[in-house]
Amino acid sequence: MMDPLLHVKNLKKYFPLRKGFLEKEKTYVRAVDDVSFSIRRGNSFGLVGESGSGKTTVARAILRLIEPTEGEVRFEGMDICRSSESEINEMRREMQIIFQDPHSSLNPRKTVFKIVSEPLIIHEGLRGKKLRRRVEELLETVGLKSEHMFRYPHELSGGQKQRVGIARALSLNPKLLILDEPTSALDVSVQAQMLNFLESLQRELDLTYLFISHNLAVIRYTCDTVGVMYLGKIIEMGEAEKVFSMPRHPYTKALVSAVPIPQAEQPETAILLEGDIPSATHIPSGCRFHTRCFEKIGAVCEEREPETYCFPDGSQVNCHLFKSTALDDEAGHGGGSGKPLETKDR
Amino acid sequence: MHSGISMASTWNRWKKERESQIRDLALTFYTLRRSPLSVIGLTLVGLFLLVALIGPWIITHPGDIKGAVHIDQKLKPPSRAHLFGTDEVGRDMYSRVVMGTRLSLQIGLIIIFVAMGIGVPLGILAGYTGGWVNHLIMRITDIFLSVPGLLLALAIVGALGPGIKNAMVALSIVWWPGYVRLIQAKTLALREEAFIEAARSVGASKLRIIFSHILPNCTSPIIVKASMDMGMAILFAANLGFIGVGAQPPVPEWGSMISTGRNYLPDFWWMATFPGLAILVTVLGFNLLGDGLRDVLDPQSRGQIR
Repeated sequence: MMDPLLHVKNLKKYFPLRKGFLEKEKTYVRAVDDVSFSIRRGNSFGLVGESGSGKTTVARAILRLIEPTEGEVRFEGMDICRSSESEINEMRREMQIIFQDPHSSLNPRKTVFKIVSEPLIIHEGLRGKKLRRRVEELLETVGLKSEHMFRYPHELSGGQKQRVGIARALSLNPKLLILDEPTSALDVSVQAQMLNFLESLQRELDLTYLFISHNLAVIRYTCDTVGVMYLGKIIEMGEAEKVFSMPRHPYTKALVSAVPIPQAEQPETAILLEGDIPSATHIPSGCRFHTRCFEKIGAVCEEREPETYCFPDGSQVNCHLFKSTALDDEAGHGGGSGKPLETKDR
Repeated sequence: MHSGISMASTWNRWKKERESQIRDLALTFYTLRRSPLSVIGLTLVGLFLLVALIGPWIITHPGDIKGAVHIDQKLKPPSRAHLFGTDEVGRDMYSRVVMGTRLSLQIGLIIIFVAMGIGVPLGILAGYTGGWVNHLIMRITDIFLSVPGLLLALAIVGALGPGIKNAMVALSIVWWPGYVRLIQAKTLALREEAFIEAARSVGASKLRIIFSHILPNCTSPIIVKASMDMGMAILFAANLGFIGVGAQPPVPEWGSMISTGRNYLPDFWWMATFPGLAILVTVLGFNLLGDGLRDVLDPQSRGQIR
């Protein structure tokens, strides 16, 4: 068995909330609350969930753009959370992120050339003709013409801006690319194009993707493994095809049923969840989904946090419904932390 | 022949690389030109700069700048020989007002640059570092801002002793807190931008982020504020001169000229009027230009309190 490229274990990120300066009790926004998963080389892992479920916070904590409160992030075996600033900087060559909003992730005062060349100057000290040639190559890789090189971001279209962001991320030959909603800010017509492009890029450059999206179709199309997040926690994880064709957790069921289906003959009744996602400052007791769950089995849902139940097909679910049906292995008694899932080689 | 070709290709490459920049500048200028008030401001400021530049060559009585005395010529009304008349000791007012332009430009520039030199680094430091550094810098800034500027300047000059240099020192001390406020607010906003996070994720150091990402995005508000402050600084310096703690006679400074001329009103009106007009035109010019620049460079801040 090969080691996973990225291994996240019990990752937590609590943002302290300052109330008043006389109030002693501190409250926290529990943006990420005990998340574990791992990604194998060359695979794509998808994180889905509503907005506010903590997907982006996971990404930022992995890159250590914010300090994780607790937990372990291992990249090629190195613990990122316990590395020094210079080690982190070295590691950042291997891990790059593509941001949700292509516009605001580019400095409006810099030309495309300057944006793409920045990492090359910082890490490889390239200058002059060499730098120029490398930037030209990168722009070609992402499908931009050399005439775009000295344009400002505001002169480019959304898709082109996203490509500039990708070129910047690729400039250091990373192994892991974190894609934070890479298509949500783009026109529908450009979205499919961008997904195909990302897929071919992965094949050509042997990249590993962490794909973050609220769009189930996108995740299903691009990812091998998927984790469904709700209020800072992964509540179901497994092979993307299986999770989406046979969802187990009530929340996943609701999500999947909410995806519009083009065929009119199939009058599948969509499950409508009541109410909004609760605030991350006051996470419900017991199962965090119990306030909106339509398959609640009783008091146990409100009192005890469900453990992680693993299935023979490699899926895992955090729900009391599966106490009896699931494989009763060690992880079942692990107390919520769960065993990191590893996908089978394909 | 050969060098001609390579020069042409270098020129072409230069042009290609800066095409977007040039287009942006052209657009800025075009938008500025469309607003009549900005054009007036630009013209007045241009006139002011021109007069400051060619002053020594267009004055008629160079000796009068230094304080020559021609008692026989005293208090003459405007005429062909003395365009703006003469003052109480017979000096040519036209020459003195023209040379005052150069002095005002000097005063304005020095005050603004010193204020920027202190204010911008402190503002970036406060905004980017946050925490107690931010609190410390901002509270000190607040203390300075809570005292009316002219009053504080007056107190400082009072302590240092009158004179043009001390007036500039005092005004610089009064002026920098405004820049701290402006830049700190801008830096705070920029710090949360995704492109700063993007820079961090490619491993950019703090210094690099400050100099190559935050500072360039602060230039527009700095330019706008500087052009507005230029007029105000000149006005404040003239105020100090008028009160008698700024430039000392016979230095041809507009404020002190008005102060002297005031004693001879209304019979000898030209002594106070022409320096006064010079101040009016200059301050108006810089304010109109500043307003115009703000509309073009920094449209979001329109209508905000400066």
